[in-house]
Amino acid sequence: MDISARLQINTALAEKILVGFIRDAVHKAGFQRGVIGLSGGLDSTLSAFLAARALGPENVLAVRMPYATSTPDSLADAQAVIDALGLPALTIPITPMVEPYFAAQPEMSAMRRGNVMARMRMIVLYDQSAAFGGLVIGTSNKTEALLGYTTIYGDSAAAFQPLGDLYKTQVRQLAAALGVPPAILAKPPSADLWAGQTDEGEIGYTYTELDKLLYLLVDARYTPEEAAAEGFDPRMVTDVWRRVRANHYKRTMPAVAKLSQRTVGHDFLYLRDWSG
Amino acid sequence: MKITVGIAQIHPAIGDIPANLAKHLDYIDRARAAGVDLLLFPELSLTGYNLQDLVYELAMHPSADDPTFSVLLAASRDLDVVVGFVHEDARHRFYVAAAYLSGGQIVHLHNKVYLPTYALFDEGRYFAWGDSVRAFDTRFGRLGMLICEDFWHASPPYLLWLDGADILLLMSASPGRGLDTGDRLASARWVELVNQAYASLFTNFVIHANRVGYEDGLNFWGGSMITDPNGEVLARAPYFEEALLVQTIDLNQLHRTRSRLPLLRDERTGLMQRELARILAGQQASFGGF
Repeated sequence: MDISARLQINTALAEKILVGFIRDAVHKAGFQRGVIGLSGGLDSTLSAFLAARALGPENVLAVRMPYATSTPDSLADAQAVIDALGLPALTIPITPMVEPYFAAQPEMSAMRRGNVMARMRMIVLYDQSAAFGGLVIGTSNKTEALLGYTTIYGDSAAAFQPLGDLYKTQVRQLAAALGVPPAILAKPPSADLWAGQTDEGEIGYTYTELDKLLYLLVDARYTPEEAAAEGFDPRMVTDVWRRVRANHYKRTMPAVAKLSQRTVGHDFLYLRDWSG
Repeated sequence: MKITVGIAQIHPAIGDIPANLAKHLDYIDRARAAGVDLLLFPELSLTGYNLQDLVYELAMHPSADDPTFSVLLAASRDLDVVVGFVHEDARHRFYVAAAYLSGGQIVHLHNKVYLPTYALFDEGRYFAWGDSVRAFDTRFGRLGMLICEDFWHASPPYLLWLDGADILLLMSASPGRGLDTGDRLASARWVELVNQAYASLFTNFVIHANRVGYEDGLNFWGGSMITDPNGEVLARAPYFEEALLVQTIDLNQLHRTRSRLPLLRDERTGLMQRELARILAGQQASFGGF
């Protein structure tokens, strides 16, 4: 099977569906506006492009939330997106918010600090959501959602996820088709939580490899053994599938202990769209 | 005989019957102004699709006593209308249903006989299975109605064909899925292929109404279409947009196509019945039956 070919998408069709989805999700909830944490990376940039088309650029607030160690390139790349789309924008450094906590917890690992930063950004976004009167638009893609490469209640927190069913390599295709600046397309994906961090360095595999393997395991319903027989290193297959399973809790609502005849999450079932 | 068919390719609001009824009346008015004789709405057009626990709150008893149906029946005095809704029967079983309204009367009810309960679908959790597939007589001849998964199986359209239906009215709330490099989603390609296949195999008119819009993350792709007895697409609504599709069809095409291609005349129903009886008897012996 030519898996790379299976991961190719009709970008015009994806744009049509996702722009319609964003507009519907925002309007159905009684809003006209959205708020996006714009890092200058590929996912948030593509989300901003789609949201601007769906809602009109004047209705999409881009919020830049640098930390002291964030690369200046990220701020500049985000600015290029803000300028290209004509978005209203805020820059709110999180350094003075997280530093007191870091100072009180001197033993914090890079991961703990990164998670606190991601959750601090969530707090800012949800507050700006209330101030601007717009829904928080998620920027998670399918690869990171499956791998759990995300901070629960941090960057994963959003009203809806337009890119949640696109693998990272498909995000790249759609971003290129929509005219995302070449510098953003070219740079290595990074959560930019500490200097020199890259997704692929931290995860240990390239997105090209990961997306092909996840396509087999998830979309095509291959067993790990069948995926390995397609030429993937069995250790990689085992490791990736372990991560998918280990992080499933990040993709589901917390379990509610059932006691009554009708219980939230078990048999009190309505669409999210029922809200309102 | 020529008739003008309309398809109301709408985006129903989930759970909001008053809003959906108002939209139905708007499309009925527009269709009437366009000279439409028969207007088809999609599956669950009055309620929205993925209802979950709303099924029990939105169910209707289709009759002139129901406040929604009384309005729709009044609107059906000068054009025939097919609507989708949740049907609660006298024993309080709930069905995905379609009603054919004409001259202020309910001419026919169809309860969906195949409930998809796999992958993203969970209809069998909420709904009862319909247990009949019947063609029915109208002022345009004999028709048959099927709802979405009903025509993912070949037997219901086949039964309607044998029962005399020359026009198949197919109603869907088909979630879009299968994004690849194709010009349409894989689910759209499949349904369109099947529409044309039924029209070709049965030398019938096939009128397919699909909804548009979104429910949570699901998209509904639209692309409603009308196919003639030669399997040719006569008209197609846009993808993903609400639309009123209007097309005049010439029922004499049935005469012309079936003169050329007598598939109905030559259909060997006795052979089919004998072999089916043999197959089912064998299955009953092996597996205890279906």
